[in-house]
Amino acid sequence: MQLGFKDEDIKFRDEVRSFIKETFTEDMRKTLSLSKNGHAGKDLHVKWQKSLHQRGWMAPNWPEQYGGAGFTSTQKYIFESEMAREGAPRTIPFGLSMVAPVIMEFGSQEQKDKFLPDILESNVWWCQGYSEPGSGSDLASLQCKAENKGDHYLVNGTKIWTTMAQYADWIFCLVRTSKTEKPQQGISFLLIDMKSPGIEVRPLITIDNSPEPHQEVNQVFFEDVKVPIQNLIGEENKGWTYAKYLLEFERGTAYSPGLYRGIKNLKEIARDTSVGDGLTLLDDNDFLNKINECEIQIQAMEFVEHRIFSALSAGQRVGPESSILKTRGTEIGQYLQELAVEAIGYWSHPFVEDTFANVNEPSIGPEYAATITPEYYNGRKTTIYAGSNEIQRNIISKAVLGL
Amino acid sequence: MDFSFSEEQTLLRNTIQSFIQDNYDFDKRQAIVKSEEGMKQENWKQFAELGLLGLPFSEEDGGLNFGSVETMIVAEEFGKGLVVEPYIQTVVTCGGFLRRANASIKEKYIPGVISGQDIWAFAYAEPQGRYNLNDLTTTATLDGDNYIINGYKSVVSGGPWANKFIVSVRTSGDQRDSDGVSVLIVDKNSEGLSIRDYPTVDGSRASELTLENVTISKDELIGEEGKGAELIELIVDETIAAICSEAIGAMKVLNDATVEYCKTRKQFGQPIGKFQVLQHRMVDMFMQYEQSVSMTYMVNLKLDEEYAERRKAASGAKVQIAKAAKFIGQSAVQLHGGMGMTDELNVGHYFKRLSMIENSYGNIDHHLKKYSSAE
Repeated sequence: MQLGFKDEDIKFRDEVRSFIKETFTEDMRKTLSLSKNGHAGKDLHVKWQKSLHQRGWMAPNWPEQYGGAGFTSTQKYIFESEMAREGAPRTIPFGLSMVAPVIMEFGSQEQKDKFLPDILESNVWWCQGYSEPGSGSDLASLQCKAENKGDHYLVNGTKIWTTMAQYADWIFCLVRTSKTEKPQQGISFLLIDMKSPGIEVRPLITIDNSPEPHQEVNQVFFEDVKVPIQNLIGEENKGWTYAKYLLEFERGTAYSPGLYRGIKNLKEIARDTSVGDGLTLLDDNDFLNKINECEIQIQAMEFVEHRIFSALSAGQRVGPESSILKTRGTEIGQYLQELAVEAIGYWSHPFVEDTFANVNEPSIGPEYAATITPEYYNGRKTTIYAGSNEIQRNIISKAVLGL
Repeated sequence: MDFSFSEEQTLLRNTIQSFIQDNYDFDKRQAIVKSEEGMKQENWKQFAELGLLGLPFSEEDGGLNFGSVETMIVAEEFGKGLVVEPYIQTVVTCGGFLRRANASIKEKYIPGVISGQDIWAFAYAEPQGRYNLNDLTTTATLDGDNYIINGYKSVVSGGPWANKFIVSVRTSGDQRDSDGVSVLIVDKNSEGLSIRDYPTVDGSRASELTLENVTISKDELIGEEGKGAELIELIVDETIAAICSEAIGAMKVLNDATVEYCKTRKQFGQPIGKFQVLQHRMVDMFMQYEQSVSMTYMVNLKLDEEYAERRKAASGAKVQIAKAAKFIGQSAVQLHGGMGMTDELNVGHYFKRLSMIENSYGNIDHHLKKYSSAE
């Protein structure tokens, strides 16, 4: 057991830092800081990802044969931490971390050749078609139907909470190809071109009120959409297996670096806030205790992450324990957002609909205030999506504790 | 001890419930919020016709001479409808100042409140002061028969709709002294008053006020010069009692909606309300609500007690309501899942209003400190 990184890891960390310094420009930082939901328009994300690709760092989790970065697991952790610490844009996961691993594992050679290079080079934007209005936590109950018509599938139905479908060129979907007793058995995994006739994307405005085109989620409607049969992943009716494989990737992220950044921001806000006794909020012991308590929770997270990732580097798989990361990571993140709203006091009230819009007027209150309350509202999603935290606790209870 | 409502009070509640039913379903409310003005003058006229705008004023002043329990009923029912028209700001807060003013101010202004002609807003907060009502850099100096006001007021709730403001100012003493605080009436059209209006996250509107050599007659002073701090604290406590009442109305709607949703939303072949973990969450929401109702009754019944008792009642109620507002608001969104995150469902709007009530007139930490200081 030992703490701290080896010399070569420190050297790598410095390389990552200087890359961020050069590539994550002031302009990008500014634009990203105006977002209520962490997304800042297609152009910014594509530009950022193309620079990552140029450096060979777009795909830390891909095998090298497909163009992966070839990081050790320590390097992966360092890379992710440094990015989160600086608040760099997160790579959009739908292509890179979700559909790509599935294509690598279960796709045909033709599919690999067709899709993987464009994902790596950020030429194509993907979105995820899983949830439906009637199928959230109980994903296997999904109804969106794909009929096998020989050379194509005919798709009818709808997908909801489709993150950034407004930018998407392709969508990967779980569809029902047969009615079976066990709902999991009739599901297939289809890749669908968003330009296909019969697809409609409708924005869903969420409670942070990010206006079009900055909305985070959409509902996608499919009406008699023809999908070539060669866009099926693996075997028909085996989609559930592939989906479960994918979910493991969705839950295995490190939260603590981004959370530490939240603490740092919070302290800056507290230092900038007068509290009516001539001092600042950072001098207020009630508030300082909350910041520190939160920081300690993050430290506990960080060391859970270290333990999990060091087990990974010793060749073990991330098991259901990864649900700890999702559960605690999102809950601490929400608490940080609550504390930020608390910190800014009455400046939490003013509402700015389009925070990206160029305005000539000065902001109402400090510039950073406009996104803080919407971020708190938006952050409520984190304990709902990707398997609600109730579901995560069920997983831990069943798969870890054996209850 | 008796916690039942009189026939008259029940009638009042029914009146407001049918107003909400007819004029304030969620779609209508959203249309009002999204309109240019952000409130509906027609509703304000109806409040006047129903007598609501005269509720707390004495019969001598043309009012109904009702007490805090009636105000609580109105605010609670308005909370259920997420009413944005500035009833509390005008009638409870500014009305609270006016009905304690001298005869000539009463005569000059109260009829305009009761008739619905005037809408009022209370401008007290300043950026450096946070929740300290006495931390004032806005000053008023006497010049002959006039006060000359200079300063800045922040996040004035209902400001865009008001044509009259009540402004807290410093007439003497140091920035945070309780002595030297005064209360003045400022007309919206006063020269030197510039106003910046904006929407708030909970569907209401507010304003920033800049006062540059605003000159008003010294007759516009409420109470004694320099002795306004006590009066302000009393009226803020009455306002707290009213927004606690509004909050329990909003909480009730969220709790009912959540229970209903969990009974009908099916996942894994059964209503999600069958899952014990969700049942317990809803039980906790219910218990938080019941405790909030109790604390709201308590504070509304103790507004006339001596200072320490009233201080603890108001701060205690505000702490309970803020905690419950957060827990119930967040839980209602969580249990509604993705739908709870959407702008089209009412749940998120109740959550947002409750989240703003949390820190209005002081957040939990502020009121815990006030509570301690009253011991």
